[in-house]
Amino acid sequence: MGSLIKNNTVLESDEVTFLTLQEYLDSDNRPQAVWLDAGEEIEAIADFLDDITAIALNFPAFSDGRAYSTAAVLRRHHNYTGEIRAIGDVRLDQLEQMARCGFNAYQLADGQNADQALKRIEGFSVSYQQTIDRDPLFRHRA
Amino acid sequence: MYVYDEYDQKMVDERVEQYRDQTDRFLAGTLSAEEFQHLRLRNGLYIQRLAPMLRIAVPYGMLSSTQLRKLAHITRHYDRGYAHFTTRQNVQLNWPKLEEVPDLLAELATVEMHAIQTSGNCIRNVTSDQYAGVARDEIEDSRPWAELIRQWSTFHPEYNWLPRKFKIAVTGAEGDRAAVQVHDIGVRVLRENGETRFEVLAGGGLGRTPIIGPVIKQSLEPKHLLTYLEAILRVYNRYGRRDNKYKARIKILVKAMTPEVFAQKVEEEWVHLKDGPETLTQAEIDRVRKHFTAPAYEKLEDHVPAVDDLLADNSGFGNWVKQNVKAHRQPGYVIVNLAMKQTGIAPGDVTDEQLEIIADLADEFSFGEVRVTHEQNVTLADVPKKSLHDLWTKLVEAELASPNLGLLTDIICCPGGDYCSLANAKSIPVAEAIQRQFEDLDYLHDLGELDINISGCMNACGHHHVGNIGILGVDKKGEEFYQVSIGGSGYEDASLAKILGPSFAQDDVPGVVQKLVDVHLEHRQGEERFIDTYRRLGIDPYKEAVYATWEV
Ligand code: SF4
Repeated sequence: MGSLIKNNTVLESDEVTFLTLQEYLDSDNRPQAVWLDAGEEIEAIADFLDDITAIALNFPAFSDGRAYSTAAVLRRHHNYTGEIRAIGDVRLDQLEQMARCGFNAYQLADGQNADQALKRIEGFSVSYQQTIDRDPLFRHRA
Repeated sequence: MYVYDEYDQKMVDERVEQYRDQTDRFLAGTLSAEEFQHLRLRNGLYIQRLAPMLRIAVPYGMLSSTQLRKLAHITRHYDRGYAHFTTRQNVQLNWPKLEEVPDLLAELATVEMHAIQTSGNCIRNVTSDQYAGVARDEIEDSRPWAELIRQWSTFHPEYNWLPRKFKIAVTGAEGDRAAVQVHDIGVRVLRENGETRFEVLAGGGLGRTPIIGPVIKQSLEPKHLLTYLEAILRVYNRYGRRDNKYKARIKILVKAMTPEVFAQKVEEEWVHLKDGPETLTQAEIDRVRKHFTAPAYEKLEDHVPAVDDLLADNSGFGNWVKQNVKAHRQPGYVIVNLAMKQTGIAPGDVTDEQLEIIADLADEFSFGEVRVTHEQNVTLADVPKKSLHDLWTKLVEAELASPNLGLLTDIICCPGGDYCSLANAKSIPVAEAIQRQFEDLDYLHDLGELDINISGCMNACGHHHVGNIGILGVDKKGEEFYQVSIGGSGYEDASLAKILGPSFAQDDVPGVVQKLVDVHLEHRQGEERFIDTYRRLGIDPYKEAVYATWEV
């Protein structure tokens, strides 16, 4: 596995253990971290989001874009404020899109150069659409 | 037309640098070929049979003379002196060098052009009506809405990795020149009680499973346009199939769910988005609309004796006017179409010199702007009628005055086996052979409107399903064959063509078209169009005529 980027810092790894969705739903206490595969629906854990501190969303391939929508739904519909971590086939050229959809932690795929990651997360200086920390351009364009 | 402000320009400039960096990393070996393939496709660069192919975006077909001149320069310096107008109002280059593409893009950016999202599984260039703003049957100019959609869809972070490509078309006229019924999303701009409203269609498309798109939303208020589109895209991105690329388009999802259930799902998503930050402000709508106001028309007479008197005779000029010139909403002005369908030249191909001539003519006769049509032609939208003869004379000199717009020889044709690595068969030589079979202009004019569409494979870039006569290249035990279908239409009376029967060898295709035309002429009532005769008769007489003599 490649490096973990979190809070704009490059780490080797951290201590969080993510349960699968099934494990999470089966457990009696309220675990704090769960990971979902691309086809799994976030709605299944919607009622427990207040107690969850980290959700990992898997990219089975970098060309599979479902997790972007899952992250957006988590942030926008459910106002989830905890960590959303990208896992799986996470590559440099997609980090900006992930960040703009609401991801804030990235477990890079093998061979991805962590030194370049922070610059890539930042990406373009302007965007047309609403992003996680910005209104759409037309709301502040002269 | 739309003019960039500092934000639009910055995005395009930053994209050039981003793409340059991606190209450099690929050439240096630090970006895998597989990854670069996806990234370059999102910038319109295919690797084709003979060389890369670069698709340049022409949003809803609008080009200024400055942009045309830049394209001419680019085809000369980075390519072999010609470009190709596509069936989605874009421009393609057939021979750019991979390592020169970043420089080429930097040049394009200086004239507010780019190749963003012209390929790949993302939201593609928005298309519209080539007569927007000037058509007599227009309800409202569709271009401001197309531009708003263009901006919203450009680099949308959530929809860059969709299950499959995604095409949106907008029309604001009674006649549908944007083929909204065969797009992933079609938007019709309407007026209800004096107010602008949208009708939204979803899940239409051509390709392997052609489907006429159902209406899923009526009476949508303008301010909700983007949030509603966002809801559709999110449902598609989450639930569209990803296991089989032939079942990944939104049309399959809409069909599987049924349009009613799909619409319901979109409504449920929309509840969260409606009235949110992406809700359009009146200020933004006004800002964009200002770019599409009417040019400074002169006050002119609609009746121009010098032109009208020449129409009656069958002179070259008269025929050209009757076929290629359309009525304009402004008195004394006309819409002029240049049919890029000279026999012997691949449909849609244009040389660097012709691009410059078109630019000059646009400056002289049409306020410096042109439109590319999805029939692969070029439109000068605002020509004073009194200047028509002058313009025509110059077009004749430049070999741009083919008087065959909308006629049988105005063939819509994909690049096919000559260029495209996905092709089953060549398409350009078939187009040429048909054009040669029907060289008699008087005959063509008598025959009237007839669309022929040719695709080199099931991907249907030549839109063969909506051709009055559709021709599809198929592979039959390693040999190139052609399946012929009839009865399609891509306009407001949209219909999908039906397959005639077993396919034909290349040499037989012009003869088959001739037989179909003969049946039409035999049964035609009055001035009936080919498609109307067909709709009245059904497929049988055509089938009999073609296969009776073929003895397959
Ligand atoms: S229809 Fe097929 S052959 Fe023609 S351009 Fe499209 S992919 Fe290529």
